Amino acid sequence: MFEFSFLFGQFLGGITAAMFLFLIASGLSLIFGVLRVLNFAHGSFYMIGAYLAWQFVHLIAPAPEGFWLAALAAAVSIALLGAIVERALLRHLYSREELYQLLFTYALVLILGDMAKIVWGTQQLSVSRPPSLAGSSEVFGVTIPHYNLFIMGLGPSIAVGAWYVLQHTPLGRIVRAAALDRETLGALGANVGWVYTGMFMAGSFLAGLGGALVTPIKSIVPGMDVEIIVEAFIVVVIGGLGSFWGTFLGALIYGQVLSFGILIFPRFSIFAVSVLMAAILIIRPWGLFGRPLK
Amino acid sequence: MKRVPWTLIVFAAGLLVPLLGSRFYTFVATDIVILSLFAMSLNLLLGYTGLVSFGHAAYFGIGAYTCALLMKHANAPFVPSLIAAGLMAAAAALLFGFFCVRLTRIYFAMLTLAFAQIVWAICFKWNDVTGGEQGLPNVPYPGLDWMGSVPVLGGFRVADHFYLCALSVVALCFAGLRRIVDAPFGRVLTVIRDNAERAQFIGVNVRAYQLAAFVLAGFFAGISGGLFGIFNRGVFPDFAFWTKSAEPLIMTILGGMGSFWGPAVGAAAFIVLNQQITSYTEYWPLTMGTVLIVLLFVFPGGIAGTLLGLLERGRVRAGRGGTAAGAAPMVKRNA
Repeated sequence: MFEFSFLFGQFLGGITAAMFLFLIASGLSLIFGVLRVLNFAHGSFYMIGAYLAWQFVHLIAPAPEGFWLAALAAAVSIALLGAIVERALLRHLYSREELYQLLFTYALVLILGDMAKIVWGTQQLSVSRPPSLAGSSEVFGVTIPHYNLFIMGLGPSIAVGAWYVLQHTPLGRIVRAAALDRETLGALGANVGWVYTGMFMAGSFLAGLGGALVTPIKSIVPGMDVEIIVEAFIVVVIGGLGSFWGTFLGALIYGQVLSFGILIFPRFSIFAVSVLMAAILIIRPWGLFGRPLK
Repeated sequence: MKRVPWTLIVFAAGLLVPLLGSRFYTFVATDIVILSLFAMSLNLLLGYTGLVSFGHAAYFGIGAYTCALLMKHANAPFVPSLIAAGLMAAAAALLFGFFCVRLTRIYFAMLTLAFAQIVWAICFKWNDVTGGEQGLPNVPYPGLDWMGSVPVLGGFRVADHFYLCALSVVALCFAGLRRIVDAPFGRVLTVIRDNAERAQFIGVNVRAYQLAAFVLAGFFAGISGGLFGIFNRGVFPDFAFWTKSAEPLIMTILGGMGSFWGPAVGAAAFIVLNQQITSYTEYWPLTMGTVLIVLLFVFPGGIAGTLLGLLERGRVRAGRGGTAAGAAPMVKRNA
């Protein structure tokens, strides 16, 4: 029916998309896991990260590998933005009903979306691949840009790195404790307020990094914020809100369903992933890897 | 103290809008009337039952498409089409709500969002029926020619006729909503909101009541969607997109979810603000986001909640209030 190389190409396309989704969704999941806040503005952080990367690339245009510096600078800027948002505003809403937190993050979506339009306009922007990864290789008859290979390697590296920090370092122990019981952790002498800020920064950093790194593959357009956030929601729901490896698996599943769904029923692949999200919420609301939360 | 019949006064004032003879005022008034029904339908869940739905646009969208398809392709008359819009939305709410009420809090919100995305995907991609991305343009106005032969109404434009029609439908719906929340049924909903566990202990079937509220909210959202499709002269997939679900939430918070009329006040404030802001800047979302943040931090009770709180304080100070000065609640929920 289909050539093997074609199917393999679809598979790799799905993996690349999955790794971007993982970067973004893992930040969302970390923030939810510790702060118990569902951050709609996470998609906006991703979009602003992309715009900032474009901006920084243009500021340091002559540098041959300036892209890497620009991407890092964008991600760090988003982490700082996250810190400001958490310290100045979000912190005061933890004790309120979740409706207030949801609407607060939605207000950020409105504000950041418009700010991006004011600063960068509404035309499509794009960034070229860094020269060191501009080439491509042929694997099983499929041409893969080196940049995509880099992304496929980066996703798992970040996953393993974050897993190591969370499970095997003192810092990770504090974060896990904060996710389980905020009050006891505070009573034991940890500064829970800063743990929360730190987690929000880390999550925002991942969103900004995802946005910055996606620019050589996708053009930057207004509206990419509200689109990605729903996809990220679907991914974290599949894997389990707050579960790190679950998010990784969720991203892989999402990438493949989308990639092959297009072949099986071309018009309904976005339908298929929404149905998948609803089905998982109905059968196992805490996702494939999460645990039921009280 | 004698009660002032505010509801009737506002309704009567609403009837007079076409007399102003301004196309613009009629347009804004129609917008307010229809969207306040959308916000009020959501508040049955939010304010009365304590359920945060982030997918209410699904039922608005289903109502809009049902009514538009019937009127445009089947040449069905207005009233049956609108009732069908409400019933279709209610049927979808029954199906989706059956699963949603099994979940709590954040998972409930996520599942309502997921179902709304499914509805949106269907509207967006099922080109043969929904027109896909292009939507369904040119939804006909209902046949209201008989209004032309009524003495005063005869001089009005078609848009004015439709406005009076929408106003009457929405007023009927509001009367229905009032009956629902004042009935023992509505009281049970507030008990569930305040403490679902206790409601369970006294023998209330919490899920059944929540589902009933979900279906009713879906029905009224469907009616409002049906009206909006006609008013908008077209129906588009955006009606069911998740950002549309945020609109009635914002209106409700703006007006105050603690009082019956709060969401309608919020819808009016939202639309008037929108008209004012967009007349001199295109950055409406930025303004709305800022207003929303100020509301969340400074006036969590919304317009109605804050006004009621001030009234209460005034009464207490004048020595007529029943509660002690310090205990006057800022937000009197569903007073």
